[in-house]
Amino acid sequence: MSLKSPLGQAKGLGSAKDGLHHWWAQRVTAIALIPLTIWFAFKVAILSMSDYQTVLESIGSPWSAALIVSLIVAAFYHAALGMQVIFEDYISHKAARIIAIMGTNLLMFLLGAAAVIAVVRIALGG
Amino acid sequence: MSSNNRPLSPHLDVYSLPLSALISIVHRGTGAFLTMGTIVLVWWLMALAGGEEAFMSAQSFMGSFFGRLILFGWSFALFFHLANGIRHLIWDAGYGFEKEAVEKSSLIVIGTAGFLTFFVWVIAFSFGIGA
Repeated sequence: MSLKSPLGQAKGLGSAKDGLHHWWAQRVTAIALIPLTIWFAFKVAILSMSDYQTVLESIGSPWSAALIVSLIVAAFYHAALGMQVIFEDYISHKAARIIAIMGTNLLMFLLGAAAVIAVVRIALGG
Repeated sequence: MSSNNRPLSPHLDVYSLPLSALISIVHRGTGAFLTMGTIVLVWWLMALAGGEEAFMSAQSFMGSFFGRLILFGWSFALFFHLANGIRHLIWDAGYGFEKEAVEKSSLIVIGTAGFLTFFVWVIAFSFGIGA
């Protein structure tokens, strides 16, 4: 006996089987972002009135740069996952929903890549 | 098919949103707002990588009234989403679902977000005077 609803049986689509990965990845990035965002927010607050050279050296020091790159990767991944859920909930038109999710994913990748390139350049003194 | 004793959806025009429901939708709102705000982070890092002139013009915008207003809103959104996100992780672990616990943690989330926002700005201004 199947536990599927009559509508589910008629449509025959079933589960895409990747919901757990989405859910889990969102939690893993969330946990990573707890210490990273607190650290970064207070670091920027301390540097807020510093001159260019001081900020450059502070952001570009090896550990700092490594933590910021980690922050960027976790934050943009987390943002892409979260925006996907919002679009899935509120955009009922299928093509518009797919375009919104895909567009956000591509934009998040581009912004994340730009931020990583910037931090690498700061760290290597290019 | 219909029965008379089934639960009804809230009548939205007379329904007052509980605090926990308000926080839930604000969590979404702050999440979307922070996603848009990442553009500012990328811009700031790009300016820092681009040299002193680019960095100073970015800094002067951030230091202006409008820049500070955006940063203030962004910092509160960040700390709110952070505090409520931790509450979500505790829920995921299976704790804190009782009505009293939810009402209490709602207030803790708002208090923590407010305190961290206040604290980070106190630090920003006190280090500014020293520098």
